[in-house]
Amino acid sequence: MPNESLEQLATRDYEFGFTTDIEMDIVEPGLSEDVIRFISAKKGEPAWMVEWRLEAFARWQKMVEPHHWAKLSYPPIDYQAIRYYAAPKKKIQLDSLDELDPELRRTYEKLGISLDEQKRLAGVAVDAVFDSVSVATTFKKELEKHGIIFCPFSEAVHKCPELVRQYLGSVVPVNDNFFAALNSAVFTDGSFVYIPPGVRCPMELSTYFRINASETGQFERTLIIADRGATVSYLEGCTAPQRDENQLHAAVVELIALDDATIKYSTVQNWYPGDAEGKGGIYNFVTKRGKCAGKRSKISWTQVETGSAITWKYPSCILLGDDSVGEFYSVALTSKRQQADTGTKMIHIGKRTRSTIVSKGISAAHGQNSYRGLVRIQKGADGARNYSQCDSLLIGSECGAHTFPYLEVANPTAKVEHEATTSKIGEDQLFYCRQRGLSEEDAVNMIVNGFCKRVLKQLPMEFAVEAQKLLGVSLEGAVG
Amino acid sequence: MTTPMLEIRDLHATAGETLILKGIDLVIQPGEVHAVMGPNGSGKSTLANVLAGKPGYEIVSGSVLFEGRDLSLLAPEQRAREGIFLAFQYPVEIPGVSNMYFLKQAVNAVRAHRGIEELDAMEFLQLAREKMKLVEMSDALMSRSVNEGFSGGEKKRNEILQMALLDPKLAVLDETDSGLDIDALRVIANGVNALRGPTRAMLVITHYQRLLDHIVPDFVHVLSGGRIVKSGAKELALELEEKGYGWIQAESAAG
Ligand SMILES: Nc1ncnc2c1ncn2[C@@H]1O[C@H](COP(=O)(O)OP(=O)(O)OP(=O)(O)O)[C@@H](O)[C@H]1O
Ligand SMILES: [Mg+2]
Repeated sequence: MPNESLEQLATRDYEFGFTTDIEMDIVEPGLSEDVIRFISAKKGEPAWMVEWRLEAFARWQKMVEPHHWAKLSYPPIDYQAIRYYAAPKKKIQLDSLDELDPELRRTYEKLGISLDEQKRLAGVAVDAVFDSVSVATTFKKELEKHGIIFCPFSEAVHKCPELVRQYLGSVVPVNDNFFAALNSAVFTDGSFVYIPPGVRCPMELSTYFRINASETGQFERTLIIADRGATVSYLEGCTAPQRDENQLHAAVVELIALDDATIKYSTVQNWYPGDAEGKGGIYNFVTKRGKCAGKRSKISWTQVETGSAITWKYPSCILLGDDSVGEFYSVALTSKRQQADTGTKMIHIGKRTRSTIVSKGISAAHGQNSYRGLVRIQKGADGARNYSQCDSLLIGSECGAHTFPYLEVANPTAKVEHEATTSKIGEDQLFYCRQRGLSEEDAVNMIVNGFCKRVLKQLPMEFAVEAQKLLGVSLEGAVG
Repeated sequence: MTTPMLEIRDLHATAGETLILKGIDLVIQPGEVHAVMGPNGSGKSTLANVLAGKPGYEIVSGSVLFEGRDLSLLAPEQRAREGIFLAFQYPVEIPGVSNMYFLKQAVNAVRAHRGIEELDAMEFLQLAREKMKLVEMSDALMSRSVNEGFSGGEKKRNEILQMALLDPKLAVLDETDSGLDIDALRVIANGVNALRGPTRAMLVITHYQRLLDHIVPDFVHVLSGGRIVKSGAKELALELEEKGYGWIQAESAAG
């Protein structure tokens, strides 16, 4: 029967599954103090940074992988089989984009990121992280005029060591969790942003992450500081080549917003999801946390997660400053054999702190999608408010959606609202659309986009379009 | 002789696993309006679903030709683009998708298929406004999600609006009158009548004469037990209103 389609699940080729042939500077797989010293030496890091890493390593060795609570199942990861450093050999220090390795440049073009193009048209400043190093940061000069620092993390360690020392690990301590500790020990690069007091960053800042070398883990570190009254919008995009083995991505992102500062952090995550049988794909274990340290500060997370074999990710807000605001807008799509356990934590400490959670989970094929969210209202958080909405959309009958809301309220004046729905794209809906002339695929995309609208609206325009396309691509073959 | 718009020959069809249609013959020429009446469960909606190609409804024998082409070879969306429209007895809700957007996508899918230029947002809005008048549809309903929370009557209006926008060759209206108050019935009937024309054919499924007072059919058929047991002119509907279905069923059993 051509129409008994919802149950039929096929795969579609991963559009970004190419590798780039570039001479690489690579360490042998395995993790030890020596490897950490090697990474640190490669980056020419100061002594305090090495110490910091080694301490994280010591702590990590005593920790166990958090395998028990998340609704994810995967074989044990062999941390000694992973390479912790891989970098393109040539020309890492670039004065202009023209010096970028042509192969690397083609990679970005394939990804749809023409750096030149971005530079000319979009007014988006881009930092591209390729395996372990940042290779190009555009618009540096323009940003410098405003006193904004936007550079590879490894550069920031030299350029503004005081800021790095003051804030690194201040939101996600080295021993916060297993993956954060691992990242602290071995992180190779990432982006650093500092927006000085009162400055509204004149353009979107953007980083593209790509894992390329095989058996390589990617451990990037992002630190964004918005000083008093500063405003910044930051975008992060991720892709990886198609490989049969699983690759580990364990990033840490820390955001700090001082008085009246606003940080908007948007992610479109499209790591390779593995094939329809569950072979290959990225294990994405990421710790993202923002601290609204100042009064009336605001941190807003928006994520569209379409890739990865496994996603373990809880972008969170610590609402310390009075009247501070935290937001989490999320679309997580699992198709094929993908598993996602994602959500947020909103920790209300300051008075009249407010948080909004909007989570949209889409499960298709054999995808498993869990929302896990904590809202904690601490004792002193008078008048705190939270609104949570968690919706799940199922496509087909082999997939699953789960919701795990945790609520801890220690202040009687707090107001907390939680709404949850689960719906299914029904045969009747699809037939209705088809009877009006729409293809099944267009019908599914239309319904999915409608379902995600509230989240997609949060993304900057170009990103929203890209995200919509990605959702479509990820669902192709899941019906029809 | 012209090719009929629709030519159904000895149609047997199943819904799920059950044989529901047991030998239907029906020929509809362009410009004609045929009414189909019949008791609950007699197979009226099944016939509509078979024509539209709903998954789960299978032709087991006989044939259905649309403008001479074998319908069973076409997917539902292809049938729609070729000009078959079904106004549903129970229109489906699609949360999150605005009615306006949905209609624009549908109209453009059909236009693309017919090789006509697609409409941009402004052009579509203009077209929509014009057709909305036809069924007295409010702006508010256009910005809401497709059929979500619409009243029964609003849903039916929306169906006819879609028909007006999609400009089909063959429109199948499945109990478009059920659940309508008297004013709404008149509005919808006027809308339908405005769409009557020499190139369009209609198959109007209904239980009530009152709809046929407004939409006067060329032929009336009575479906019972998956078969057309009686056909006649518009007066047949009046007779049915008066006497019910019993006498026909008895007559056809005897015959
Ligand atoms: N998908 C299906 N699976 C199984 N049986 C079905 C299916 N669809 C319809 N039927 C059955 O076929 C028979 C005819 O149903 P149909 O909906 O065509 O009747 P109808 O003439 O439209 O009735 P009504 O006047 O009540 O709308 C009924 O017995 C119904 O239960
Ligand atoms: Mg019916």
